[in-house]
Amino acid sequence: MSLSNQGLQEIATNPELHRLGGPDKGRAAQLFREMKMKRQGYMLLAPYFILFFIFTAFPVLMALGLSFTNFNILEPPSFIGWENYANLFIKDDVFLIALKNTLLFAVVTGPLSYIACFFLAWLINELPPRIRSVITLLFYAPSISGNVYLIWQVAFSGDSFGYVNAFLMKWGFILEPIQWLQDPKYMLFIIMIVQLWLSLGTAFLAFIAGLQGMDMSLIEAGAIDGIRNRWQELWFITLPSLRPMLMFGAVMQITSSFAVADVATNMVGFPSPQYAGHTIVTHLNDYGSIRFEMGYASAIATVLFAIMLGSNLIVQKLLKKVGD
Amino acid sequence: MKWTIRWRWRWRRQKKLNRSLPVDMVLFLFLAGAGVFMAVPFVFMISTALKPLDELFLFPPTFFVRSPTMDNFYDLILIFSNTWVPLSRYMFNTIFVALTGTVGHVILASMAAYPLAKLKLPGGNILFTIVVLSLMFASQVTAIPNYLTITWLGLLDSYWALIFPAFATSLGLFLMKQFMEQIPDALIEAAKIDGASEFRIFRSIVMPMVKPAWLTLIIFSFKGLWGTGSGGQGASFVYSEQLKTMDYVFSQILSGGFYRSGPMAAAALIMMIVPVLIFVLTQSSVIQTMSTSGLKE
Repeated sequence: MSLSNQGLQEIATNPELHRLGGPDKGRAAQLFREMKMKRQGYMLLAPYFILFFIFTAFPVLMALGLSFTNFNILEPPSFIGWENYANLFIKDDVFLIALKNTLLFAVVTGPLSYIACFFLAWLINELPPRIRSVITLLFYAPSISGNVYLIWQVAFSGDSFGYVNAFLMKWGFILEPIQWLQDPKYMLFIIMIVQLWLSLGTAFLAFIAGLQGMDMSLIEAGAIDGIRNRWQELWFITLPSLRPMLMFGAVMQITSSFAVADVATNMVGFPSPQYAGHTIVTHLNDYGSIRFEMGYASAIATVLFAIMLGSNLIVQKLLKKVGD
Repeated sequence: MKWTIRWRWRWRRQKKLNRSLPVDMVLFLFLAGAGVFMAVPFVFMISTALKPLDELFLFPPTFFVRSPTMDNFYDLILIFSNTWVPLSRYMFNTIFVALTGTVGHVILASMAAYPLAKLKLPGGNILFTIVVLSLMFASQVTAIPNYLTITWLGLLDSYWALIFPAFATSLGLFLMKQFMEQIPDALIEAAKIDGASEFRIFRSIVMPMVKPAWLTLIIFSFKGLWGTGSGGQGASFVYSEQLKTMDYVFSQILSGGFYRSGPMAAAALIMMIVPVLIFVLTQSSVIQTMSTSGLKE
């Protein structure tokens, strides 16, 4: 069993293996020898990757394929080429609103939340251990707490029972309650606040773990080499040695800030007034789980994927400059 | 071991390398401000959970509860006593799925991350890139293909429909690989010269060194699975009522709107307790390991 898995894995992982009989015989043979030598490594990664290909990679590939079809779940998909993509950008005005909202949203919350994650993790790391775990819990709690963020809905509730309205009225700033969650002027802003409140999640904890695993002798050595204050220490020692975590955090923050949907839907409802709270993923949910146009929904997902990929490449480039 | 902790702590307090008091003060004021912003909704939630009905609809609304009561929790139990599957069954489902999924994911993902981070396998980079890319694809559209594969494999409407996909999430592998990259090669080489197998190296050298990473991964994975039922893919893979999870049931029952905001806060509070416990347990050991093992050559 394990032998055959291993063989499959080798073929799956290495396209060059298919060219075994080709002109590159020497190189292929060498590669094969190297793979044989490291077979224990392949055995270690086989169980995960078998499941990964079945449950994660295959569905993604299938969705990519479906994006070129017209598929309503009941009838078999029919191939229509680029039509979904063309419709998306030419005919679908709502998608363009969603695109605008999502970009606006990601440009504001993405960098802000990423910097907040790192900066707060870095500050917390200075605290004595006991206090540190309490504060970490406090900051991480919103993301651990499922849909506690719905409490913001009560706070921003449009009648005078809403806390924000009640306090603003009590102090005389406003006379009439503001329809926070119905007025397109405020909607995106409120979703941003809630999303920022929720954003100290995966990246934040990864940074904390990374900072705690840091080699303290590097900092001592840095002090001898003439590092004088905490900002230099941060830039020249801490950030470069945390580069793998920074990369990880960037991917996580980008994915979560582009994929905002649940917060928007739960806070301002769906569809939101004048589509002011409409994002790419709520648009996707609309076509995927309400209208059952899976081909079209897959095309939306692919566009979103391309946007995320692009911003990731840019961010990775920027991160390479850290510490120079 | 104890000695190291104490020594390190004292060293930090006495010398405070590269730190100045005024900047310290400013930064910690900032930290305190951010802390209040994070905490306010929680205080609000706890106080809502303890409010009696008349206080919930008071005008002007009060922030803190005046006469705390457990009414909302009783209401919640009352709502639950009407469901035909006992609450304990939902609880068991959630705990079973969350525990199995977390343990399996942490072990499998770490096992796969080690060769990718340290062994320079042919094809390894491609595999890793695929994993990272898959993180960026919206899960809403993969739900249907996933449903098909799960049907083909005959896993539909069983715990495994929730657990197997959890084993194969991309997050864990990405996280573990990033952390394992920091382990010095020299250590692994030394173990190899001593004749240790790759699995042995993985178990007795790599895993202890990245303890903060997998303790953190436990939190991520558990948190994700704990809330798996509501709206996520899970709901469509499992349709027998007796296999559903707590989260799903809560969201079904409490979608009753504003007049249920009391029981809603109570339910949210209950659902939070377990992840918070897991967090406290793992996080306190993260902090302990940190003091004893730096990643040193």
